[in-house]
Amino acid sequence: MDHVARQGGLPAGRTPLKKRIADSAAPYLYSAPALILIVTVMLVPLVLGVSYAFRDIQLLNPFSGAYIGLDHFRALSEDQAFYRALRNTLWWTGASVFFQFVFGLILALLLDKPFYGRGLAQALVFLPWAVPSFLAGLNWAWLFNPVVGPLPHWLFGLGIMSEPHNILSDPQLAMWGPIIANVWWGIPFFAITLLAALQAIPRDLYEAASIDGAGPVQRFFSITLPFLAPTIAITILLRTVWISNFADLIIVMTNGGPADRTQIVASYIFTQAFKRLDFGYASAIALVLLALLLAYSMLIVILRQWLLSKD
Amino acid sequence: MRAKPLLLLIAHRLAILAYIAFALFPLYWLLKVAVTPNDLLYSEGIRMWPSRASLEHFDFVLRHSAFPVFFKNSLIVSGSTAVIVTILASLSGYALSRFNFRGKYWLVALMLLTQMFPLVMLVAPIFKILSPLGLTNSLTGLVIVYTAFNVPFATFLMQSFFDGIPKDLEEAAMIDGATQFVAFRQIILPLTLPGIAATLGFVFTAAWSELLFSLMLISGNDQATFPVGLLSFVSKFSVDFGQMMAAGVLALIPACLFFLLIQRYLVQGLTAGAVKG
Repeated sequence: MDHVARQGGLPAGRTPLKKRIADSAAPYLYSAPALILIVTVMLVPLVLGVSYAFRDIQLLNPFSGAYIGLDHFRALSEDQAFYRALRNTLWWTGASVFFQFVFGLILALLLDKPFYGRGLAQALVFLPWAVPSFLAGLNWAWLFNPVVGPLPHWLFGLGIMSEPHNILSDPQLAMWGPIIANVWWGIPFFAITLLAALQAIPRDLYEAASIDGAGPVQRFFSITLPFLAPTIAITILLRTVWISNFADLIIVMTNGGPADRTQIVASYIFTQAFKRLDFGYASAIALVLLALLLAYSMLIVILRQWLLSKD
Repeated sequence: MRAKPLLLLIAHRLAILAYIAFALFPLYWLLKVAVTPNDLLYSEGIRMWPSRASLEHFDFVLRHSAFPVFFKNSLIVSGSTAVIVTILASLSGYALSRFNFRGKYWLVALMLLTQMFPLVMLVAPIFKILSPLGLTNSLTGLVIVYTAFNVPFATFLMQSFFDGIPKDLEEAAMIDGATQFVAFRQIILPLTLPGIAATLGFVFTAAWSELLFSLMLISGNDQATFPVGLLSFVSKFSVDFGQMMAAGVLALIPACLFFLLIQRYLVQGLTAGAVKG
């Protein structure tokens, strides 16, 4: 008791110096280990990577390492494979995000109201989220493979395909393989996020609206959508950036082929670093990708400001 | 009037069933091919279940292949990463939740930045840094890299769990003479156990699934993690579908176990800081 009284009785200005230093150091001590790790393993390599973009760095060539200015970028501006990868990235990201969002939203709406067995249904439909991405890629690659997979035979049976062949080796269709795998894998993420947002909508709003005679469609457009809009916007934004960098499925399923038809910028960077061991060129592409992503984010911020100021 | 709600109900259940079928079918097929004996693989290619099932592929994979080593390596890497990240993230998450300090804004900005830029950018520089330290082709190197990658998201996750615990609890303890760290360890941490479990699960799954850096940093078979091992297996023996899928089913087990443990927290946990898949 005495101890407590003395501690509480001290005027604020007379806290012992040692304790005050300890108090002000505390938050830094708590966050120091995480901070040090992030700086050494992420920030330093990031800066180093930017410098590589201006150097000739090839892993197997001990004489490389000299600064070569903008040579990589000059080479890049004439690299047809890079332009193709850029177009493929747009297609891959756009299609994946669109289908993940649409099917994710429908799923979230289906799971929103309690029903018998909802817990189990939720666990099952969210399961793909837990499947490691390399395994999701392999799994779908096998499903598309006419030797062991049923999909080509089904498509043939439905008359969509003239013969059961592998769409992953068809230059016209190959990109659909990783996109379908990505949609399968990514629906749960959208559904989970949107479901969480749906459950945060106050229920009495719906009751009030139906007393006022609003039908389900009207309630959806005048209550649900406006409430979900911020979550939808932010999720789509972050997901777009994330998916445009997501190379795992492509590397596993097609490795960019056939004839670079499924190569996206992220997988192109990886191929340059991993297969050709040309770290300089890989870093130059990475820098361009980073600039594009920054420009995209800026564009979104400006767009948001503009929309806000219009209201 | 009665028929319409019933119709809606049926449509709702059918839609849910369609989603479940779509979600589970690929995994079901993985299992189906894994238990199909080789002599039936081609003749019964698109049957829903082989006329004769056997565990011979699992037996081969577990006893005559390098997969148990890959499995062990992956367990070591993902397990250590999960534990270290959770410790670091509870400390830094606590700092973000409970203190106002100079530089806090920059710390948060730095952590958000790490979530935005493409990690594939770091493949080359990290290889160059780790190689002279002897940390390429080493599980320790992988653990360090994965820990750094996962700390920012885990910090935000832990912060959201700490935010949910009233401040009065540790203030009461501190009035009773405990230091803040003792209050943190003995009162706050036990209360965040669900959060700690969720963080462990998220990080374990993320490390278990990581592909690009393990491909780049690991070259030998004895240090290979599961993705590296499976992919080299696929490119070498690309005809042995049964064995590959048996290995795939095995790789699925830990991830699915963790998922079932944490899936209750998914909807709550992701509300707070859903920035990364």
